[in-house]
Amino acid sequence: MSAPLIWIGLPLMLAVFLLLLPRERLVTALGTVSALLLTGIAYWLPPDTTQRLGSLSLRIEPSLTLLGRQITLDAGDQTLLMLVYGTAAFWFFGTFAVGQARQIVALGMAIIALLMASLAVRPFLYSALFIQVAVLMSVPLLASAKIKEKAHGSAAQPSVRGLLRFLISQTLGMPFILLAGFLLSGIEAGPADVAQVIQASLLLLLGFAFLLAVFPLNTWLPLLAEETSPYTVGFLLTMLSTFGLVLALNFIDRFSWLRNSTQLPTVLQFIGILTLVTAGVWAAFQRHLARIAAYGLLAEIGVSLLAISLPDRQIGLQILFSLLLPRTLALGIWTMSINILQTQTGDLRFAAVQGLVRRYPLATAGVIFSNLSLAGTPLLAAFPFRQTLWERLALQSFPLAFWFGIASLGLWLIALRTLAVLTMSPDNVEWNSQETWPQRILLSIGLLALFLLGSFPQLAQPVLTSLPTMFEFLGK
Amino acid sequence: MPDVLLWASVFFLAITSTSLLLSREWRWSIAFLAAQYLAAFWLVEFHWPFTMSAAKLVTGWMAAAVLGMTQLHAQPTLTNEPSWPQGRTFRLLAAGLVLLAALATAQQMAGWLPGLELPNASGALILISLGLLHLGMTANPFRATIGLLTFLLGFETLYAAIENSILVAGLLSTITLGLALAGSYLISLTAWETNE
Repeated sequence: MSAPLIWIGLPLMLAVFLLLLPRERLVTALGTVSALLLTGIAYWLPPDTTQRLGSLSLRIEPSLTLLGRQITLDAGDQTLLMLVYGTAAFWFFGTFAVGQARQIVALGMAIIALLMASLAVRPFLYSALFIQVAVLMSVPLLASAKIKEKAHGSAAQPSVRGLLRFLISQTLGMPFILLAGFLLSGIEAGPADVAQVIQASLLLLLGFAFLLAVFPLNTWLPLLAEETSPYTVGFLLTMLSTFGLVLALNFIDRFSWLRNSTQLPTVLQFIGILTLVTAGVWAAFQRHLARIAAYGLLAEIGVSLLAISLPDRQIGLQILFSLLLPRTLALGIWTMSINILQTQTGDLRFAAVQGLVRRYPLATAGVIFSNLSLAGTPLLAAFPFRQTLWERLALQSFPLAFWFGIASLGLWLIALRTLAVLTMSPDNVEWNSQETWPQRILLSIGLLALFLLGSFPQLAQPVLTSLPTMFEFLGK
Repeated sequence: MPDVLLWASVFFLAITSTSLLLSREWRWSIAFLAAQYLAAFWLVEFHWPFTMSAAKLVTGWMAAAVLGMTQLHAQPTLTNEPSWPQGRTFRLLAAGLVLLAALATAQQMAGWLPGLELPNASGALILISLGLLHLGMTANPFRATIGLLTFLLGFETLYAAIENSILVAGLLSTITLGLALAGSYLISLTAWETNE
């Protein structure tokens, strides 16, 4: 058995099977167990490594040839495989509370398999093609979530503007990355032709600007979150942005002149802080819960770019990968809570969700604490790593640290505004939790995990510290 | 292949992509899209084996067919798009300007990528720029999908000169077909929402 067959082929086949299953609970259970199983296999039987079970010797071949090209997952991808499928299991498990299992689990499994293929294809320049196929597959996922919301009587805007813009934006990015890849391969050893280097850099910049939804090419994200199910958007965009970042790091790792370029950190820093500040400040003025979460996600993209831009690459990568778990956890809890509130009110504008704390205490806590976690509030999951990043930025430049603080303040303020709105309830309303038991259990576990990771950040470190080693040069 | 045939394809591409921008009747749009794939096939065939180019042509026609079938059912709600600006003269002028800009930069583009001939660069840039112009002028899923397909076809024409891997060709065909299917899904969704 080869690794691509196990971590790409099997999930694709499983996705088709899950689509055919009649009961949503069964889809959730099977999807979650399968994702956990794939995580377990990655842990105990990493690709390209021989394991002994008594007299039995097991080895998973790392490569598969597909239409003349290699699809390779080697031992260096072990941690990433564990992280991706572990994260998938978390999101799939959440559908117990929010529903939409057939869409999120079945299509989500296929999307994750395609995203894994994007990292496994050799040469990696073709990754953008697989990402684009995953984007196309996410259209029915987002659209079906929209139909479901509409069927539940949601007051979502009767348009597909956000979805269309998402499709356009992601599709425009792919050709730029492919062309940049071709030009870069011509200047692999060193920048012989300055004009060609500039052309390749501009194409690469444009491609990733579209792919990662950096400012100002990200107006579709809040619109999309407003139009469709927040949990679906949260799942999809967390996955897409994570793979987009890993692909960007692959480019930096592969080309020595790009890796050693003195301009690259400056460009990343500028784009990162611009994306972070605009997201943080604009979030503070929003009046729609899903849009706020979308701005939270955009801010995280800015934070990631800032982490990559740090002069000490090792620390930058450590911060980047350490933030993955708190981010996934916070966005998962946040969008799950919003989804629960949306099912009740059909509308996520402040006027519609006012005073819901007495009927949805745990969902309210989920919205507030996740928001605060992504704002870098002490004792919550993202705090230790955001704080480290902030300190590093302050050592480098005061204005950078100042703007980082402004963005965090914006996210913090909107958390307080949301808290005020959700608790603005008449005195005669009884405290009566209307969340279902699966929702209560999942939200409680999630909230506990947010605090646990914030208080004991070292818990996730054994897994995450080895992630940078997947890069040949950056990780060493 | 004689140069005159290649330039004839480029001329044909300019006609079809401009017509796509001007057309208000979806049936004509589908016909122009199909014709556009035929013209691009001649350009791609210059670099790729006949079978691979033919696969691209068939995929494009399938995409056009998918869009046409969907539009047939969604027709009552999507024929008249109230988009700005509506005037055909404005669109024609904009298309003319973009065409001029594309042709002016084609020479430079041909120098960028080794193996890329001037007619191919011209055809690709015409498709890319008019596809982008189309995308900038509409919020209608049907027209946006056509704009995206035009943009992608332009890129494929360009990329064919530098890459002839079967895997890449297969994935690009999958993306073309996937775009048409995703566009159809969005057209149906808009029609469904309007009918609700």
